[in-house]
Amino acid sequence: MTDIAITLTVNGVVRRVETPGRRLLSDCLRHDLGLTGTHVGCEHGVCGCCTVLLDGEPVRSCLMLAATADGHEITTVEGLAAPDGTLSPVQRAFAECHGLQCGFCTPGFLCTVTALLRDNPAPTDEEVLEGVSGNLCRCTGYQNIVKSVHRAAEIIAEES
Amino acid sequence: MTTKLFGEPVRRREDPRLLTGQGRYLDDLGEGAFEAAFVRSPHAHARIRDIDVSAAIDVDGLVAIYTWEDLPPLLAEPLPLLIPHPALTHGRTATPLARDVVRHVGEPVVMVVARDRYLAEDVCALITVDYELLKPVVGVEEAAQSAHLVHADVPGNVGAHLVQEVRSAAGLGAREAIEAAPHTLAFRLDIERSASMPLEGRGVCARWDADDRSLRVYTSTQTSTSVRMAIAAKLGLPLPKVEVIAPDVGGGFGVKIVHPWPEEVLVPWAAILLGHEVKWTEDRREHFVSSAHERAQTQFVRVGFDDAGRVLGLDVTILHDHGAYTPYGIIVPIITSTQLPGPYKLGAYRVEFSSVYTNTVQVTPYRGAGRPQAVFCMERTMDRIAEHLGADRTAVREANFIQPDEFPYDQGLIFQDGRPLIYDSGDYPGSLRMLKELIGWDSFDRTKELAAAEGRRIGIGVGCYVEGTGVGPYEGGHVQVTSDGRVHVSTGLTSQGQGHETAFAQIAASELGVPLERVSVVTGDTRRFGYAVGTFASRAAVMSGNAIALACRKVREKALRIAAEALEADPGDLEIVDGEVRVVGSPGVAVPLATVAVLSNPLRYAFDAEAGRATQFAGTSSFDRPPVAEGEEPGLEGRDYYSPIRSTFASGMHAAIVETDPLTAEIRILRYAVVHDCGNLINPMIVEGQIHGGVAQGVGGALYERMAYDEHGQLLNASFMDFLMPYATEVPFVETAHLQTPSPLNPLGIKGAGEAGVIPVSAVIASAVEDAEGIRISRMPISPSELFDLRRAAP
Repeated sequence: MTDIAITLTVNGVVRRVETPGRRLLSDCLRHDLGLTGTHVGCEHGVCGCCTVLLDGEPVRSCLMLAATADGHEITTVEGLAAPDGTLSPVQRAFAECHGLQCGFCTPGFLCTVTALLRDNPAPTDEEVLEGVSGNLCRCTGYQNIVKSVHRAAEIIAEES
Repeated sequence: MTTKLFGEPVRRREDPRLLTGQGRYLDDLGEGAFEAAFVRSPHAHARIRDIDVSAAIDVDGLVAIYTWEDLPPLLAEPLPLLIPHPALTHGRTATPLARDVVRHVGEPVVMVVARDRYLAEDVCALITVDYELLKPVVGVEEAAQSAHLVHADVPGNVGAHLVQEVRSAAGLGAREAIEAAPHTLAFRLDIERSASMPLEGRGVCARWDADDRSLRVYTSTQTSTSVRMAIAAKLGLPLPKVEVIAPDVGGGFGVKIVHPWPEEVLVPWAAILLGHEVKWTEDRREHFVSSAHERAQTQFVRVGFDDAGRVLGLDVTILHDHGAYTPYGIIVPIITSTQLPGPYKLGAYRVEFSSVYTNTVQVTPYRGAGRPQAVFCMERTMDRIAEHLGADRTAVREANFIQPDEFPYDQGLIFQDGRPLIYDSGDYPGSLRMLKELIGWDSFDRTKELAAAEGRRIGIGVGCYVEGTGVGPYEGGHVQVTSDGRVHVSTGLTSQGQGHETAFAQIAASELGVPLERVSVVTGDTRRFGYAVGTFASRAAVMSGNAIALACRKVREKALRIAAEALEADPGDLEIVDGEVRVVGSPGVAVPLATVAVLSNPLRYAFDAEAGRATQFAGTSSFDRPPVAEGEEPGLEGRDYYSPIRSTFASGMHAAIVETDPLTAEIRILRYAVVHDCGNLINPMIVEGQIHGGVAQGVGGALYERMAYDEHGQLLNASFMDFLMPYATEVPFVETAHLQTPSPLNPLGIKGAGEAGVIPVSAVIASAVEDAEGIRISRMPISPSELFDLRRAAP
């Protein structure tokens, strides 16, 4: 199998990778680029643990081949905090509201919610539920995740 | 001043790394490791005639293929039967790779090791296994009929049979008491299978150091210490040469307490054999078909009661589906049968279970571990009694409650730890009062009438439980203060999201009087603490929490002793505040814990400036006694263990209001209320989170989750597309209230909280749907189509 040379901009850094054509984007991020914060929970696009931002939009990195991401910009959980390490409002809100327990689904939620609040800075309860309804969490029962999303919206509003 | 930390909702220490992608879960480890994949049985019951690997051996990147015949003698034997019990007369476990017969879809047959997982799976696809199909046994009733056998040497498919009976005060057996009762009822109940289903599956990564002849294994487990002993035993290695570490674990909920899994011994074995790191990460389909499930039971109930609804006799016969093997013994049906009485005084109680084999995935504890089934049975019974008498459902429960002045209360049964089932403390009437107020029980009739006037169907349900938590035998804690003033805490049990690093740090900081930031906690790493049992049965806070508190108290006492000498004071006059030992009332007279740590360790070598103060020419020691006095040890550290006389019993009560759609039969939970009593709270934020998560899993079990086996033993819904776990849109907002009746059994007065949320949910939802519909609910989970069918069948 011939490897394909691709170029991805991941968390603002240009990365060149030679990867087999069948390699999933999730595996490429995790094992070729060492960004293991993106997790894989089902490999069939249902759980949302592997959600990353592709050109700013949430995608399931387990449902995408790395080669098809060639030339695109990707943000993973490792790229959400500020360059100086300050956690993003979404990350801070999850810590404040106990929006995570085991943390395995968390990177997917953080990416999803980051995009959600960028597009809708003041979501209603319904919009928050709808916004996170593509991500599974087995620990929290979602109550504190929903609370975290509202709190993140508040923090963003306070800081803008 | 040191702030009070025990009982405060402090933020979690784990979160910064988990929020930034810096957590380390199993599959994040082992860069460059060979990867394993398994050929698993596609049949529920079959004899292996031949395994042909000839098409597979030329795949580029293949490292090794192993079948049962390749295994060394110890490894070729069946895996351990972890919890033997005299009633488990026919316990059976699998060999790590199938020997002659496969007994469920997903059983591992061939292990492949390759350069990466993609290649390993390529190889698996090219291996041909020739099977002779045998008749599968699916479902408890088919198993009980025993027309076919799962294990040829287990007659009737019965692995275990156990009866426990508690006679009435008048000496009547349950059956006699029922016969003599003014009212009797008999009915059948069914609960289907679900599973723990953590979002991270299992996984193992093993590293053999050929120079040191030592093995390091990372595994996504709930018990690293016991995995270590199992690996050492199975691979014939000296225990000190094996270390096992649970890294960050992406959820457990019970399934990861089972050990050693086939992969937990095969992967380290291959790593040693190949002289190269080997790892295996379970994929989702593997998790469905080759880990473990729980819940499935059929219960036959007979109850006799008086006009007030007081239970005079209860007789329950349980058929428990154990799946193909019994590695974890019969803990689940034992818990069902012993936790069934809940908060009630039953006149006489008889419970009998048969645990039967089926050609399906093995059944081992999933959060709640048999209690959801027990509570479903007891609470359905309470509702049936209320219906029969035309009484309020809560009044019937009140009539049966153990009263607050009756503790300790002996239920007369032997619990899962082999010790008497004696409740330590609780306030069940108080709990029900709080719940009724929280949900608005007494005004619900009016709400229901108003809804009915609008053509809406709503109903209210209630469910009560008592949960034995903090089972023994023991856990330990080690606490070390180093010369930089930092406090290092370790305990052997593992963490899967419960926030142990935070809760245990709170305990240590409170006990030692140091700022929280100075405390670090390590769990589940045998390099730091080798003696432990594991994280299950809502036991971590009770067991390790108390062990760490006791270890801290030892350290504190030693620190005061050393500081007293340095300050020329009486230890009784000293306190530790904000990391300083000082004379009470004279804050100026103080010595930092860091210095005490230095003084505790008489040195020859000054490796840094602080250490210089403890060297032999520093003039600090007395010439009349040796530098380390008799009975003392160097270092400011302490180790202690907590081993309880018996379990502590948490309790709680839930209520829900549901709405059912008159046309589509869709069931929606409008409100969900929880009153919870786990004694003293270490961190209320974490306890609330545990309850929320438990309720969500309970809602899954009540309305959505089931393992859809067909008659051939094929699991038809082995993916997240078809096995319906609740998303945020399916879980109600959970309203909580806490009652705190401290446990008298342990120094911190705490009880476990991990499983509580899930336990009564099926009972509560069944009660509420029944109230909304006026149709008896006897089987859970209930889907809209099942409710629709029940409506059509209703008279």
